[in-house]
Amino acid sequence: MTTIEYKGQQVDIAVPTRKRLYLGSKILKFLCWLSGLITVGTLLLIVAYILIRGIPFLKPSMFEVRYTSKNVSMFHAIINTLSMTGLSLLFAVPVGVFGGIYLAEYAKPGSKLVKLIRVTAETLAGIPSIIYALFGMLAFVVTLKMGISILSGALTLAIMTLPLILRQTEESLLAVPMSYREGSFGLGAGKLRTTVRIVLPVAMPGILAAVLLSIGRISGETAALIYTAGTATRLAGLAESGRTLSVHLYQLQQEGRFINEAFAVAVVLLIIVVLMNALSSFIAHKLTRKG
Amino acid sequence: MRGLFLASACVCILAVGTISAFLLINGLPFFTKYPAGQFILGAEWAPLRDVFGILPMIVGSFYVTLGALLLGAPIGILTAILMSRFASRPVVKIMKPVVALLAGIPSVVYGFFGVMLLVPFVRETFGGTGKSVLVASILLGIMILPTIIQTAEAALNAVPQSYYEGSLALGATHEGSVFRAILPAARPGIISGLVLGIGRAIGETMAIIMVAGNNPRMPGDILKGVRTLTVNVLMEMGYAADLHRESLIATGVVLFIIVMAINFLFSFINRRRVQQ
Repeated sequence: MTTIEYKGQQVDIAVPTRKRLYLGSKILKFLCWLSGLITVGTLLLIVAYILIRGIPFLKPSMFEVRYTSKNVSMFHAIINTLSMTGLSLLFAVPVGVFGGIYLAEYAKPGSKLVKLIRVTAETLAGIPSIIYALFGMLAFVVTLKMGISILSGALTLAIMTLPLILRQTEESLLAVPMSYREGSFGLGAGKLRTTVRIVLPVAMPGILAAVLLSIGRISGETAALIYTAGTATRLAGLAESGRTLSVHLYQLQQEGRFINEAFAVAVVLLIIVVLMNALSSFIAHKLTRKG
Repeated sequence: MRGLFLASACVCILAVGTISAFLLINGLPFFTKYPAGQFILGAEWAPLRDVFGILPMIVGSFYVTLGALLLGAPIGILTAILMSRFASRPVVKIMKPVVALLAGIPSVVYGFFGVMLLVPFVRETFGGTGKSVLVASILLGIMILPTIIQTAEAALNAVPQSYYEGSLALGATHEGSVFRAILPAARPGIISGLVLGIGRAIGETMAIIMVAGNNPRMPGDILKGVRTLTVNVLMEMGYAADLHRESLIATGVVLFIIVMAINFLFSFINRRRVQQ
């Protein structure tokens, strides 16, 4: 029973005692904020730790063209990362975009084939990178005799990034309003022309966002590359073994003699990933605002 | 052109088929030379003596995955609840890129962070070498956070507003409504996020190899080292030959089957959710 004032009189009313309920609510709310804080704090800790330990060692000697066992330059690793990324995307983007076009524009929704494609794309996305490493080694390096090379690594990574690009292309295409297609058909354009000239350009930002995310992923991939592209410290041609930045970081850490330089490599890797993420979400954001 | 589009879409099917075929063709012959029971249930891994028991690694993989889930699931789900129902818009605007960035950081950078900061910290606080189940679990817990948060947040946002309003109208507090009405309604989505996180944790290699010590022994307490299935493949593939090499590919097959089973579970839960 609680006493309240009502129209100038003291009135007793029955109010359910909810003190415990309120306390419980507060604890739950507190736990939510605590978790959010832990999430944000963890990211800040990782980024700050790597930047603070690594930035002082981003010296010019780390970017010298010639790698020696003294300067442990990452120049070759940066170039190898670029060629690895470019080559992987060269394989993955056309296949992913074309496949996405098929799923969004041509396929009969709900057909058995479409279901199978969806399930296998999901499966590909879920396969761990160490399995890709085994596959790349058995298929490209050994069976197709490409050897441990940039090409073997790029083909392996192309399969890894394929589901991301395929999925994102399909979703971006499906988000394009039907009226665009109808308008194009109405003006006499065929299916292919409508798809390529009208629908695809509208969906382009979404596809681009996926490509940027893939770049981040390829630059960060390590496990799948060690036995496909190898760990050689040189500017590698397509048929040669060469390490990318992330493999360089792993090797430096394992050797243990150049920990500070390893931090510097980690900084560069972080910058690439942050940049690609930011660009990707910027483009995706612009897309949603336009839509 | 239609044919080209169709062919591109079918590359996924082809890829899964080829990957399975290559793994099975190269991995299964091992079982004709070495009994599968001894391989999977054997507690000793001594390639030099041709003894290949991967039970310690199977247990190790489950050990670190369980640890990751114990840490990542509560923090991830509560963070998702915060983002979906408690935080104001500016806070959510900060949290979203944070979560995306956590997902984007390469596993080798996580591993490097773990071995440089967490391992010494555990070594000085609890003793031992520091390379342990504990550090591997913490690291994996962080790594599966974004997966759990993103899936759970989407599931929470998809719950109809009327559930919440109905609960409020019955006299529940805001928090009570969120936890008693919305959270149960979003449960299937949250669980599928957890399953996805488990899949990621079991398949992770680089971060674990750098912080887990990698001894092929049965994992002891959480301050002892551990070797997972993934690490087993990556560590020894470089110099393995003959039967040893085949045993590593067979390890990959076992891992592949576990991951496929988890994926299947995920799509099963998802399908049931869609039907509901």
